Amino acid sequence: MNQPVLRVSDLNKSFTMHLQSGKEISVLNGLEFEVHGGECVVLDGSSGAGKSTILKMVFGNYLATSGHIELHARGFNIDIANADPRTILAARRNVMGYVSQFLRCVPRVSALDVVAEPLIERGTEYVEATSRAAELLSRLGIPERLWSLPPATFSGGEQQRVNIARGFIVDLPLLLLDEPTASLDSKNSRVVIDLIAEKIERGTAILGIFHDPEVREIVADRLIPVEDYVALERVQ
Amino acid sequence: MPILEVSNLGHRYGDRYGCREVTFDLWPGEVLAIVGESGSGKSTLLKTISQRLNPTEGTVRYWATDGTPLDLSSQTEGEIRRLWRTEWGFVHQNSEDGLRMRVSAGGNVGEPLMANGLRHYGKIREKALEWLERVEIPSSRVDDPPTSFSGGMRQRLQIARNLVVSPRLVFMDEPTSGLDVSVQARLLDLIRSLVSDLGLAVIIVTHDLAVARMISHRTLVMKDGRVIESGLTDRVLDDPQAPYTQLLVSSILQG
Amino acid sequence: MNSAKIEYNIGYIDEQTKRMIRRVMLKAVAIPGFQVPFASREVPLPRGWGTGGVQLTASLIGKSDVLKVIDQGSDDTTNAVSIRKFFHRVSSVETTTDTTQATLIQTRHRIPETPLQEGQIMVYQVPLPEPLRFLEPRETETRQLHALNEYGLMYVKLYEDIAKYGHIAKTYDYPVIVNGRYLMAPSPTPSFDNPKLHQSPALHLYGAGREKRIYAIPPYTDVESLGFEDYPFEPQAFEEPCAICGSTGVYLDQIITDDKGGALYVCSDSDYCANKFAQLSKEGEGVSE
Repeated sequence: MNQPVLRVSDLNKSFTMHLQSGKEISVLNGLEFEVHGGECVVLDGSSGAGKSTILKMVFGNYLATSGHIELHARGFNIDIANADPRTILAARRNVMGYVSQFLRCVPRVSALDVVAEPLIERGTEYVEATSRAAELLSRLGIPERLWSLPPATFSGGEQQRVNIARGFIVDLPLLLLDEPTASLDSKNSRVVIDLIAEKIERGTAILGIFHDPEVREIVADRLIPVEDYVALERVQ
Repeated sequence: MPILEVSNLGHRYGDRYGCREVTFDLWPGEVLAIVGESGSGKSTLLKTISQRLNPTEGTVRYWATDGTPLDLSSQTEGEIRRLWRTEWGFVHQNSEDGLRMRVSAGGNVGEPLMANGLRHYGKIREKALEWLERVEIPSSRVDDPPTSFSGGMRQRLQIARNLVVSPRLVFMDEPTSGLDVSVQARLLDLIRSLVSDLGLAVIIVTHDLAVARMISHRTLVMKDGRVIESGLTDRVLDDPQAPYTQLLVSSILQG
Repeated sequence: MNSAKIEYNIGYIDEQTKRMIRRVMLKAVAIPGFQVPFASREVPLPRGWGTGGVQLTASLIGKSDVLKVIDQGSDDTTNAVSIRKFFHRVSSVETTTDTTQATLIQTRHRIPETPLQEGQIMVYQVPLPEPLRFLEPRETETRQLHALNEYGLMYVKLYEDIAKYGHIAKTYDYPVIVNGRYLMAPSPTPSFDNPKLHQSPALHLYGAGREKRIYAIPPYTDVESLGFEDYPFEPQAFEEPCAICGSTGVYLDQIITDDKGGALYVCSDSDYCANKFAQLSKEGEGVSE
């Protein structure tokens, strides 16, 4: 197989709790895996194992303590573990997307615009972007009467689906999914599963966390057993 | 090409440093937040970068519209003022410092245009009305002075006055502090959208981490006049490394 | 009561002070429209009553001068009479009310209707020399603005007028740009007289005693009144003729004649009006004879 979109090697993460007299909590040790275009790799492990920490490090949201997080796509050949902020921002724009179950609400912006924004930011015309946004919102069962309202007023489940629509609207080489189906009903979970399948079909590399065993079973091409890399906590 | 390059910058008040050994660069379209408690040197740094205070040490280079890098401390007063008129903006914490309180809203927005030589009343007024609309001030208020405006409106007027001449670099010093929380959110949202629409480079000083998170790409954390941590804003706030940053972040969460 | 008779120096002010003021005037002439600071002295007149103008006149006046003093346009108001008498007493120069005869004309306000000639000097009593003061209270800042030729602020004032009144409401002390460079207050001349400053053959000297500033417009200098492209400067205009001499195109004063709103409009320039009236009467006599 050709070069992976994401290659993680010898990755370590520890947190130094300066407010607790410098206590150091080592979370991950010697993590390594690859994700290729067109496959969905699922991080597997019990809660608290550090699955979200891995996604956040890949996205540049958490700092890797040591090791490498290489991205190879769309002309980017970079190591997120030691890239400067400007490079990470460029990678977020051109290479990777991140979908959590929580929507960061922007006041006064309509649901339709919230969903269309990632496309518009990347140069798609407004009309085109909003029509794609409308398509996704209706697939995810958000009633049309809500589209023009700011999602801050929506229920938790509706906000989550708006966020999924926003996360899936752009085609990027790597998609990071942090429990996108958590607390969705089976009908909407099904839609998300379909969306994932469509991304895979188009060659996207997906790295995700899925608690629901059924969903995990359907979407996962491979599982990474995160617990194999969990560091023993040590106190200094 | 960066728009601003700050290296080893310091300003000393007598034998005490207000800020020291500050190095960073800023690119067009980037929003940089400088956070820290009061007295951490963030406002001194902002003033030193923007040449309102003289640097005691270090340099600030600015790339003018035509692509030539200018060493700011060797520019004449006239040249610096030309930059303020045409390429830079400054949004003050207190609107009284950034507005003419006895001049109408339209006059406040129109002044930078007149300072740049526009001598057509109709065009000045048209542009002023256009900008009042962009900052969500009703056009019926165009002839009212800022003394009759609420705090949020005054700050929006200050923003209009700064952006009307299409600057490339805007400095903001605590633009939202002193406003009610709901008014703050609206103002931040406005700043955020204007900044991205216009592709401005912005340096914003704030003690409020939520402000930094909402509008900045990168953040510098200052303490005792020095930058103790810097990086992507969400990284600095979600996975702070320096002891002081962890303290700042945790104080916010407890609050 | 027996008081010792005081011998005044010609023009009241001592020669050293005159030298200082003359040097300042020369600098002011060299930089048209620029406010030159000077060490304003005490003169026997309250500050604000024309002490700047008096010091200029005192430093200029010589035996061969003929002095005319007007307050508003008139030669016979209190201040004009007092200042004229004062200089007659302390310098024994000849005084006149006739504009054409005068070599020195001190004024608080008006420029005579009779066109000025080469060799004549106008001396203005200025209360507020800084045209930007209304909007910018800091002297350090207004000096910077002058130095860097940044006059956008002055237009803000004009903008405010148009926004409020639909036209530029300033009818006196109307700001001008002198010699294409310095912003100047022709304080407190009516805007009606502004066009007379442009390319005037006379020398115009402005003295602000309280504010300690002297500035000048040398003969044949460009003086442009500010305005917008779509709201250009328009000097005040009067529709009616003078009720006494019938002149048109002159600056008129309103004289209230009764308690029912009745009013007369007459020339503010008393010398001009008297001459016109005399001419008119002569012509009238000529016809009847």
